[in-house]
Amino acid sequence: MDFLTLIQILDSTVRLATPLLLACLAGLYSERAGVVDIGLEGKMLVAAFLAGAVSYVTGSVWLGMLAAIAGSTALSMIHGLASITFRGDQLISGVALNFLAAGLTVVVGQAWFGLGGRTPSLSNGGRFEPITLPFADAVADVPVLGPIYEELISGHTLLVYVAFALVPLTWWVLYRTRFGLRLRAVGENPSAVDTAGISVVRLRFTALVIAGVLCGLAGAYLATLAAGFVKDMTAGRGYIALAALIFAKWRPWYALSATLLFGLLEAIGNRYQSIEIGAFEIPVQFMQALPYILTVVILAGFVGKAIPPRAGGSPYVKER
Amino acid sequence: MELTHKSGRQETAAHDLPPAIELRGISKAFGPVQANKDINFSVAKGTIHGIIGENGAGKSTLMSILYGFYKADAGEVLINGQTTLIPDSQAAISAGIGMVFQHFKLVENFTVLENVILGAEDGAMLRPSLAKARKELTRLAKEYELNVNPDTLVEELSVGHKQRVEILKALYRHADILILDEPTGVLTPAEADHLFRIFDGLKKQGKTIILITHKLREIMDITDTVSVMRRGEMTATVKTSETSPEHLAELMVGRKVLLEVSKTPARPGASVLEVENLRVVDEDKVERLKGVSLQLRAGEILGIAGVAGNGQSELLEVLAGMQTATGSVRLNGQELDLTGAKSDARTRRKKGIAHVPEDRHDEGLILEFSAWENIAFGYEDDPAYNKGMLMDNAALRAETHAKMERFDVRPPHPRLEAKNFSGGNQQKIVLAREIERNPDLLLIGQPTRGVDIGAIEFIHQRIVELRDQGKAILLVSVELDEIMSLSDRIAVMFDGQIMGERRPEETDEKELGLLMAGINRKAN
Amino acid sequence: MQKMPKWADVALIPLINILIAFTLSGLIIWAIGGDPFRALKTMVTGSFGSTNGWGYTLYYTTNFIFTGLAVATAYQARLFNIGGEGQAMLGGLGVALVALSIDWPHWAIALPAAAIGGAAFGAFWAVIPAYLQAKRGSHIVITTIMFNFIASALVGYLLLNFLKVPGNMSTESAGFPAGTNLPTFSDMLAPFGITFAKNAPANISFLVALACAFGYWLLIWHTKLGYQIRAFGQSETGAIYAGINPVRIVVITMVISGALAGMMALNNVMGEAERLIDNAVEGAGFIGIAVALMGRNHPVGIVLAALLFGFLFQGGSELSLWEGIPRELVVVIQGLVILLTGALDNMVRGPVERLFLMLHKGEA
Repeated sequence: MDFLTLIQILDSTVRLATPLLLACLAGLYSERAGVVDIGLEGKMLVAAFLAGAVSYVTGSVWLGMLAAIAGSTALSMIHGLASITFRGDQLISGVALNFLAAGLTVVVGQAWFGLGGRTPSLSNGGRFEPITLPFADAVADVPVLGPIYEELISGHTLLVYVAFALVPLTWWVLYRTRFGLRLRAVGENPSAVDTAGISVVRLRFTALVIAGVLCGLAGAYLATLAAGFVKDMTAGRGYIALAALIFAKWRPWYALSATLLFGLLEAIGNRYQSIEIGAFEIPVQFMQALPYILTVVILAGFVGKAIPPRAGGSPYVKER
Repeated sequence: MELTHKSGRQETAAHDLPPAIELRGISKAFGPVQANKDINFSVAKGTIHGIIGENGAGKSTLMSILYGFYKADAGEVLINGQTTLIPDSQAAISAGIGMVFQHFKLVENFTVLENVILGAEDGAMLRPSLAKARKELTRLAKEYELNVNPDTLVEELSVGHKQRVEILKALYRHADILILDEPTGVLTPAEADHLFRIFDGLKKQGKTIILITHKLREIMDITDTVSVMRRGEMTATVKTSETSPEHLAELMVGRKVLLEVSKTPARPGASVLEVENLRVVDEDKVERLKGVSLQLRAGEILGIAGVAGNGQSELLEVLAGMQTATGSVRLNGQELDLTGAKSDARTRRKKGIAHVPEDRHDEGLILEFSAWENIAFGYEDDPAYNKGMLMDNAALRAETHAKMERFDVRPPHPRLEAKNFSGGNQQKIVLAREIERNPDLLLIGQPTRGVDIGAIEFIHQRIVELRDQGKAILLVSVELDEIMSLSDRIAVMFDGQIMGERRPEETDEKELGLLMAGINRKAN
Repeated sequence: MQKMPKWADVALIPLINILIAFTLSGLIIWAIGGDPFRALKTMVTGSFGSTNGWGYTLYYTTNFIFTGLAVATAYQARLFNIGGEGQAMLGGLGVALVALSIDWPHWAIALPAAAIGGAAFGAFWAVIPAYLQAKRGSHIVITTIMFNFIASALVGYLLLNFLKVPGNMSTESAGFPAGTNLPTFSDMLAPFGITFAKNAPANISFLVALACAFGYWLLIWHTKLGYQIRAFGQSETGAIYAGINPVRIVVITMVISGALAGMMALNNVMGEAERLIDNAVEGAGFIGIAVALMGRNHPVGIVLAALLFGFLFQGGSELSLWEGIPRELVVVIQGLVILLTGALDNMVRGPVERLFLMLHKGEA
């Protein structure tokens, strides 16, 4: 493997990790607030569809993104209604939303465009354009650093930079602000928050709104990447993001590493049909399954223990 | 624990001011259950006011209304003479009410400091709030003997220290009225004394304290005034100096209480249980039992006294096969497996150990199961309940009905789910199942917790009867009265060890209290 | 103490839930320019109007009984098995390996052997998450989701590299020997003089599914093991008190659950396709969740709910064929049913309970 190939693989790693990272951070906000979110997949899917459809119809990528955020947040609110307001099962609610999204995007897409659930291809105005960072062309010829800057760091769309900037921002919000303190508290012991005079319901809904917005961005990014929506285009990325969240032990910086790792696995899997290491041949299916296998290994506690927020998964009921 | 500060001076001073809290006609129902009925009472400023009552008398509901957890169906709350609406905890906090719940409301993996500022932060950034709270905590620590390291994680604190954090939380929010719900339930006598000293300091600063408890001794020791609740009603409010424990007990249960159980002296037979050097280390690597040894004969009741959390539960669990341990346990001379596949509860039952657990809701019963299913709980593989591959549910129901009649379970309906019985009747179902197995050894934990007075007498009678049939009984209870009146011998546990053994007729509550605090005046 | 009569809990609430789900779906059809009533008619005619329709409806129903029972069994121990999809995939592999192993002389011999193969493979795929949950505390919901993806990759790999007939373009195994072909409803009903559509895929595994439903009922409410599973599900500390080994119960329950999901392959792999195809499960594992929730984990409820979803699946195909409404509408309805019966249960239950309380007071 030469240097340029490596750069290209890393470049596509960044592209593939971005939606995972956004969704993973969405899950982080939600689960840190004590609401388990299996519905990341569905939210992303709805967002991708709306981004594709609205961008195409209006010709504006921004309107598409707004629609994506609105749709994803709407699903988030249903999740909140079920799991916070009516104290239903968070897991079941998430599963249901994923089906709702998988079905609705196709049904509505077919009625709208008649393309079997696809949206028409997006032209330039309907997609986010790559951003060339300053001096990218100028330094391209500098050995090693040049290509790294020009190929790897420069030339991504806006959402990539947003996603990466969200990592330190999330860390800061979580550990340095009042909101973060309360968010972490409500995921650990909601009754402590409640008795301190803070509304558990409002905090959790806020977390879900943030999760909705971030999933909206993730979906919008997918639609841009593929220049439109295709049926079931998230293809399990929501679950991989969930896996990454566990892998990251619900922490922002770890989330970045985890999603980059899973992005890398996908990038390698996309590029090579199989990888030979000595006499062994690693099939591409193994690469595809690796994020899931790694997550199971982590969950099993063989490599460090992933301790989820203590109040996660259970609705809050006031106790005496 | 001799604390006397029933000075009349402060009370007279308080007369000039409006009461710190006044409740008028508070009522609250949960479905068909009337938890609070037309409650009127007032608490004078700068006093310690006790509220006493049995489990389920409505004390906690009343305080939850005061703290904005529940909305009262009727009535009003006056704070310092002003009618105050308390729709949520925020309102209660603003009104100067602080509450220390029985189950602490702390975030375990936060530091003390983070817990203190949670909900009382100044501004959107944490840093200034943390700095301010650190200073304030130092001041409060000095003023009230409330020392806690602000940077320790709460999960690393002892129970007593966690309680201090809760008090600090309230004081940091400028609470003038402090409500504490059963604060000494999990404390050692020494910790409780410390807590009472803190109360003393708070009172001197003019704070008002409401103490909810069911322990008569505490009420007598430290309160100025006491209100008694029974079945949702406030039955009396009296000056502590003008009442007696006997009188309060009578007010609590509504009639004269028979604290003594009639029984003949024990006639111990052969040794049934021999425990040597029993040790238990829990999941967090904390040693819960530190070499417990004891012996129990047929036809006697050994009472284990102690403050909750000093290893009694673990002792019961090990003997019942719910917990692994090291050491040696012999039943009728036969060594029992303390680890491995044969150390489970089922094997123990087959060897002749019956177990009425401390927690009947989580352990002794499956609340969602019907009474007849609960009668088989732990014995579902009994050949009498099975026909071939299948369970003989009809036979089981018939047997359940007979058992319910014998134990006076009301209503005697085998198909009724366990959750629909009252506490006393639930306990009778457990007893019916365990006692009628004709065990050699009965382990029984907190036999009368949450049980009405009528059922208590019935249950005590059954335990003594079983003893007279020549069974060995190990009784664990945090109620010293119960231990004193039922036991033939009393062993006191402290910090995972047996501090000493006494005969009930040769000891008193004071000596046992010292043993419970880990102080043994008489070398064993 | 009872807030409402049992029949309301068992029948009325699920009925209201279906009604809401159907109304919402109708609105969706209307919103995309369709006629909800015509759509319903098309669906009913398509699934119940002919023996061919029945044949498909009952074929799907069979799948969903298996997966519904799988989810329900796990739920009795309060384990949420989302892995039915993967377990059914592995079950397909097991059935295929058995069917392809020898030249089976007769289906009556092949059927039990294949059932064992499918059940064993399905159970194997469930037992790993079960063991990790019981021994290592790994959340079974997450691990079973992960195992669905791993199963998909594994079966895809094996099909492509080992089971595929060389030179064949599609990723599928060789056709099963004729001795494994299960009798269809047409074959079964012919001796009774009833003609049934020859090409409809419903087959004898429908009866196997019904037998499993009966077996489930016996197991859960009439055996020691079922008693222990339910007791463990209600209270884990209670189980330890009673001397019920939690690890044993979690593992056994998931083995049974996975085996039931795996046996679905009798229907779709052995009964219908007669070879192993990639992605043969088609989401049936997930529909099991909706079926179990709606059927209130009771075998009769599960069979009825499975029939409802069988109807929706078959009716959905008809819709896409005749009305141009994508069959994904069924996925929407599935999502709505899971949402309403599983997560928003209190939304419907609350008002109904209040209604009964009011009626009760009116009587008194």
